[in-house]
Amino acid sequence: MIEVGQRRMLPMADGHASYPQPQPRVGFFTDTSVCIGCKACEVACKEWNGVPTDVIGSLTGESYDNTSALGANAWRHVAFIEQRVPARQTDPQSPALQPGADGDGLRWLMSSDVCKHCTHAACLDVCPTGSLFRTEFGTVVVQEDICNGCGYCVPACPYGVIDQRPDDGRVFKCTLCYDRLRDGLEPACAKACPTDSIQFGPVDELRERAGQRVAQLHHGGVDEARLYGHDPADGVGGDGAFFLLLDEPEAYGLPPDPVVTTRDLPSMWRHAAAAAVAFAAVVAGSFLGRQPK
Amino acid sequence: MGTSFGRGGATTFPGDLVNSDVIVIEGSNMAECHPVAFQWVVEAKQRGTKVIHVDPRFTRTSALADRYVPLRAGTDIAFLGGLIHHVLENELDFRDYVLNYTNAAALLREDFQDTEELGGLFSGWNPETGSYDPMSWQYEGAFESPAAGQRDQWDAHHEAGGAESAGSGGAAGALGAKPERDETLQHPRTVYQTLRRHFARYTPEFVEQVCGIPRDTVVEIAETLARNSGRDRTGAFVYSVGWTQHTVGVQYIRTAAILQALLGNVGRPGGGILALRGHASIQGSTDIPTLFNLLPGYIPMPHAHQHEDLEGYVEADAGKTGFWGEMRSYVVSLLKSWWGDAASADNDFCFDYLPRVTGDHSSYPTVRDQIDGIVKGYFLVGENPAVGSANGKMQRLGLANLDWLVVRDLALIESATFWKDGPEIETGELATDAIKTEVFFLPAAAHTEKDGTFTNTQRLLQWHHKAVEPPGDCRSDLWFYYHLGRIIRAKLAGSTDEMDRPLLDLTWDYPTEGPVAEPAADAVLREINGTDAAGKALPGYTALKDDGTTRCGCWIYSGVYADEQNHADDRQPRGEQSWVAPGWGWAWPMNRRILYNRASADPDGKPWSERKAYVWWDEEQGSWTGHDVPDFQADKRPDYEPPPDARSVAAIGGADPFIMQTDGKAWLFVPAGLADGPMPTHFEPEESPFENLLYPEQHANPARQRFDRPVNRYNPVGSEVYPFVFTTYRLTEHHTAGGMSRWVAVLSELQPEFFCEVSPELAHERGLENGGWATIVSARTAIEARVLVSDRVRPLRIAGRIVHQIGMPYHWGGNGLVTGDPANDLIGVSTDPNAHIQESKVGTCDIIPGRRPRGSALVEFVAAYRHRAGVADGTESMVASGLTSDVAAARRRKEQR
Amino acid sequence: MSRREQTAVPEARFTSYYERPIIKPPTWKMPDVPAYLFLGGVAGTSASLAALADLTGRPALTRVGRLGAALGASLGVGALIHDLGRPSRFLNMLRVFKPTSPLSVGSWILAPFGFLASVSAASEVTGVLPAAGRAAGIGAGVLGPAVSTYTAVLLADTAVPSWHAAYPELPFLFAGSALTSGGGLGVLTVPPAQAGPARRTALAGAVMELAASQRVDQRLGVEGEPYRTGKSAVLLNAGRVLTLAGSAFAVLGPRSRLAGRLAGGAMLAAGICTRLGVFTAGMASAKDPKYTVVPQRERANR
Ligand SMILES: Nc1nc2c(c(=O)[nH]1)N[C@H]1C(S)=C(S)[C@@H](COP(=O)(O)OP(=O)(O)OC[C@H]3O[C@@H](n4cnc5c(=O)[nH]c(N)nc54)[C@H](O)[C@@H]3O)O[C@H]1N2
Ligand SMILES: Nc1nc2c(c(=O)[nH]1)N[C@H]1C(S)=C(S)[C@@H](COP(=O)(O)OP(=O)(O)OC[C@H]3O[C@@H](n4cnc5c(=O)[nH]c(N)nc54)[C@H](O)[C@@H]3O)O[C@H]1N2
Ligand code: SF4
Ligand code: SF4
Ligand code: SF4
Ligand code: SF4
Ligand code: SF4
Ligand SMILES: [Mo]
Repeated sequence: MIEVGQRRMLPMADGHASYPQPQPRVGFFTDTSVCIGCKACEVACKEWNGVPTDVIGSLTGESYDNTSALGANAWRHVAFIEQRVPARQTDPQSPALQPGADGDGLRWLMSSDVCKHCTHAACLDVCPTGSLFRTEFGTVVVQEDICNGCGYCVPACPYGVIDQRPDDGRVFKCTLCYDRLRDGLEPACAKACPTDSIQFGPVDELRERAGQRVAQLHHGGVDEARLYGHDPADGVGGDGAFFLLLDEPEAYGLPPDPVVTTRDLPSMWRHAAAAAVAFAAVVAGSFLGRQPK
Repeated sequence: MGTSFGRGGATTFPGDLVNSDVIVIEGSNMAECHPVAFQWVVEAKQRGTKVIHVDPRFTRTSALADRYVPLRAGTDIAFLGGLIHHVLENELDFRDYVLNYTNAAALLREDFQDTEELGGLFSGWNPETGSYDPMSWQYEGAFESPAAGQRDQWDAHHEAGGAESAGSGGAAGALGAKPERDETLQHPRTVYQTLRRHFARYTPEFVEQVCGIPRDTVVEIAETLARNSGRDRTGAFVYSVGWTQHTVGVQYIRTAAILQALLGNVGRPGGGILALRGHASIQGSTDIPTLFNLLPGYIPMPHAHQHEDLEGYVEADAGKTGFWGEMRSYVVSLLKSWWGDAASADNDFCFDYLPRVTGDHSSYPTVRDQIDGIVKGYFLVGENPAVGSANGKMQRLGLANLDWLVVRDLALIESATFWKDGPEIETGELATDAIKTEVFFLPAAAHTEKDGTFTNTQRLLQWHHKAVEPPGDCRSDLWFYYHLGRIIRAKLAGSTDEMDRPLLDLTWDYPTEGPVAEPAADAVLREINGTDAAGKALPGYTALKDDGTTRCGCWIYSGVYADEQNHADDRQPRGEQSWVAPGWGWAWPMNRRILYNRASADPDGKPWSERKAYVWWDEEQGSWTGHDVPDFQADKRPDYEPPPDARSVAAIGGADPFIMQTDGKAWLFVPAGLADGPMPTHFEPEESPFENLLYPEQHANPARQRFDRPVNRYNPVGSEVYPFVFTTYRLTEHHTAGGMSRWVAVLSELQPEFFCEVSPELAHERGLENGGWATIVSARTAIEARVLVSDRVRPLRIAGRIVHQIGMPYHWGGNGLVTGDPANDLIGVSTDPNAHIQESKVGTCDIIPGRRPRGSALVEFVAAYRHRAGVADGTESMVASGLTSDVAAARRRKEQR
Repeated sequence: MSRREQTAVPEARFTSYYERPIIKPPTWKMPDVPAYLFLGGVAGTSASLAALADLTGRPALTRVGRLGAALGASLGVGALIHDLGRPSRFLNMLRVFKPTSPLSVGSWILAPFGFLASVSAASEVTGVLPAAGRAAGIGAGVLGPAVSTYTAVLLADTAVPSWHAAYPELPFLFAGSALTSGGGLGVLTVPPAQAGPARRTALAGAVMELAASQRVDQRLGVEGEPYRTGKSAVLLNAGRVLTLAGSAFAVLGPRSRLAGRLAGGAMLAAGICTRLGVFTAGMASAKDPKYTVVPQRERANR
């Protein structure tokens, strides 16, 4: 595990390369600048994967979002953010792209969130049973028959994606439609997305496309456009599912600079070892001195 | 649109929006209600197209637009009129196009008088009947027989499509001769100059006063449109029911049609007016109509007294020039298709078998007649009026006064259970055991459970195959009607009663398959396409004959089964064909994707520009060619001049792209076919906080249809008691009256509760809390909703006064997984005189914090409000069945006033 | 939307999505998991004490240690299984050995430890196979330090801000706390004559524990806040007080049986409070987006 640190340099997702014939690593590029918040992705996911419908709650009052967060029964979540922004005069001459801008000081951001299928996936690292595993597509999947509900992966995920079904104890999350991938199909959510906000494909290609899209937006004067989770040098070695955002990640409920917790594991073990030694020394030391008669 | 261009369909298709240089989405929440079609707007935007959204609320469409323009609900004619004003005053119109392809140069009669002269009325107004005599709207020296459009004004469906189907017949307004013209457009009686005078007062300042849109914005939008139109550029308009559900709905679309015609944006790639339709096949339900006054293909229903025989009927309705000149072929082929061998030349092809209309049998008058005890039985097939139609109480009272009611639906909708758990049961206005209506509920199969076609927004027929067996007793509608007919015919077999002949002579021999004897939908489609004497499928409607040798169920659909192939089922992938995608499904007419596309070439038949080339004249081949099927006689030369005596198609010149029109032109001014005027005029909605700034003496559309009776009282204009404007609309997460979404958990959880959207300012003013409850009150009733406080809804400054708007989705009712009060219970019924669509897009109300009173307390609460507002009492005394129809007719006439 | 509109706490300036947590708080139940942490610590210390007591001929301490180890281990595993829901599920832990999973490593430590501790306890009680009992006892004793410290890594190896940020101190805090409460058990139950090592262990542990928690308070930035505020602060302070009190009794009344009882009781109670305190602090930091966003934002802006 000492290599945890070095492994961050590997281009491939952990363990992915060790398959006899690994497929190209696939994932999502979600371009939130063209998301219309239709939630077709949420519905398609539930329909295809038979994800149970939560007990239907009451209105959250949080814009059009009544799903609230990713969870065991919400593998896709569309966030809605209403913001007052400085009025932006659009030049009628230039056919400038100005996502979300109404030239009138208001914008409504929408973004479909999902499991990031991290290159260095904390959930997978900490899973004691091997239930979470890396597929031949470089994705991270839970094997429901092996999961023992220890829940360790839940607080390990820096994005708060994976979660437990209280009734059942086991954990669930996006499988990147493992079954569909094996049949050569694209994931249900991407298939359903009418505006191609969710783009599925080999991660390298997606990264290229994402780069071009940001450039295009910047050229169009949308300076706030930025990529999130695309960088293989980031704290999780880059996400298999990354995003184009129009505001700080935290505005969407995403961590600004996530780091896979197991990156520090070697150091943790070293500290624990030191503590154990100290422990032993204390106990041993406490027996020095005279024996009882 | 029918009256302006000749056909009641969107002039273009969504995929063509990628060619637009500017797209104006107004009166539609395209992203939320047409997400799949909206992909083309997104793609266009990425190509640099400028997208403008004009809507009272900032919606998911606005979020993706370059420019969002808020306006007061119900004032679009003022805004669009302002754009027309700017274009005309600055001569920004596409002059070559306007001169050649529109009726701008035509001269009007001397006795025509404009609203500007008569204070809000056009010449021909008859205060007795409350309707117009359109004679004086004619061209100079061009006599016109009564337009089918006039009779078509008895149009039913409260549907986006309904608006157009009304106009479509208008095209049949048959001009005996070509009008006199002034090519300089200088003559004061030219359509062009008349328009200028009509819109002279629609200045940016005026628009600001009426709509709350800053004057600079009006100019900016007008300039943007003008800059993006012409030889080299085009712009498109997209609308849906944000425009149609008004007492001047049809005139909203007319205003856009005038603007697009002036800018030369019709019949060209990236141009046009895209009417976004509703239910997956609502276009289909006007093509092969669920409307009482139309036969398939927009052929007007014969009238009881005016149409004694086929000749008289065709004479009256067929345009002598234009494609309606072939109407006899269409009608005879239809009669042959229905009555087969029984229909022959010597029995007028069974023309007598056709039912006749005697008046307005559209949906709201029918509901009134239920309450009046005139209508005694009712089929509800795929409709949920108890939630989906305006004034839910009126709807339910009607249903409660029937002898029998048949409901065919996927779910146990409110319209099927009103008698035991409707709102009126709770308030005690109705009592279950006092309701004598016998209700039959028949479970229906959904589109996934049966074969058939959808005809969608772009007039595109797409075949759908059965994916799963219908559960339990659910049966397709085709199954139901086929077997119902079969059983009735069996019962009548051998009858000698003349009355039974029409039923017994029907061609009713569809092949059936499977254990439940499901009729083959494919066979029905083939029958609609039509067959020749040899029984072979027809290639298209031009092959139709008027001598009884051809049969055709719907002339505009003829060709969908050409070469014995179901072209609705064509599925050529996008990658393997041109961007026009002619290999995907089949579009009427003749698989044309952009209508009037002859206008994409200049009068000489050359493309206006390389960039906008679409269909052009090929001299070598001596025919029209291009990316699409030419919407023109393929071999008619651009320089063809019709001889003076020419009739029908032959009378259309080589440079007249609007082939359904009697003069081949786009109508800036509509001499025939409209019930409320040849030019659109700004009127306030039935209910409004403001007087009509333009014509104080004419508040709302004078020709609109009102139902002023106890159950349907109106809020007074400018009432302090109902000070706020509300509008109703859809959410992506639900579908219309909820039958297809409130019973589906994955959809219901996404929007679990009925809510209203208010601005922070209004919330502050009225003490409303985000997530809390509010009660919304009108003269009809009071409903409760959760509150969503949002900056997306903004107060507007109108005539120096702040007006608050309240938004409400209308999807909820008492049944299903998620329930809530129906927004429609709040709405009063008053309708557009052409399409008879209710004004459900704007009304006035009050809003207070907290939940509404329950039981009889609610009735008293609403009555107290009415009292304060000085509105007459609102308890309906239902007339028992058997009331004679002339009594009812009398009451009806009283109401029309 | 941003906290700015909500409250005017200046140092809490950060953006969040409707105030919702970014990470998912651990699903681990109260009191199962804190109990498991505490019992493990007691068991580990007891085992080590027992082994050396056995070798140095302290039968009373040996007996208490062996029983304490066995009891602590089995109760701890019991708590863990209760948290898992179904007993059968614990076996999946032993499907694989994963060094990257502290829980896997922990299971592989806990299983043999529990077995050895039980064997030695059994022979202690029944008197049969004393040699095997001794061997098992020594084995358990050797595993003791690991049993009492790996749980620190278990908590630290998560995205829970206050646990992860404290990963250098937590092992010492847990080791110290384990020594105090484990030693405390001895002081509580063993006659003063034989309790010397237990007392010294407990006192040394107290020093280690207090030093570690002191360092957590000083070194950690905003992630340290949950330790210093709210319910967890109360619990941790209670732990400190009890530890000091226990130590005081132990130092002042080395010969007094009563003092021993008080000392031992206080030390055990201290152990419970400390584990509960650390647990709740972590939970609090997971539930408030502030502790995830603020440090990461600072890092990102650097
Ligand atoms: N998800 C979903 N899709 C649907 C449907 C559904 O129920 N759910 N219904 C289908 C059907 S039947 C239809 S007809 C179509 C309707 O499609 P749309 O017409 O797009 O739907 P609406 O939301 O009824 O109205 C559109 C917009 O009109 C605005 N509006 C209201 N009054 C005015 C006005 O006076 N002027 C202007 N400019 N705008 C106004 C409303 O704020 C709303 O945003 O959608 C179809 N598609
Ligand atoms: N306030 C307000 N009112 C409105 C509108 C508005 O914007 N605001 N919009 C208007 C518009 S545009 C429309 S279209 C109407 C819609 O109003 P309705 O048409 O009354 O409401 P729907 O829920 O669309 O009703 C369709 C029903 O058909 C059922 N159904 C679906 N498929 C089948 C089938 O194959 N066979 C049978 N037999 N039944 C089937 C569904 O379960 C559903 O109950 O609402 C109108 N009313
Ligand atoms: S996002 Fe969370 S759940 Fe998904 S792979 Fe990364 S760590 Fe695992
Ligand atoms: S809950 Fe299941 S998936 Fe998560 S760590 Fe435990 S065993 Fe692995
Ligand atoms: S990839 Fe499959 S499982 Fe993952 S969110 Fe999309 S639909 Fe759901
Ligand atoms: S389907 Fe696509 S557009 Fe619709 S909400 Fe999901 S990501 Fe956005
Ligand atoms: S439901 Fe059908 S009509 Fe509506 S957007 Fe989707 S595909 Fe189009
Ligand atoms: Mo509709």
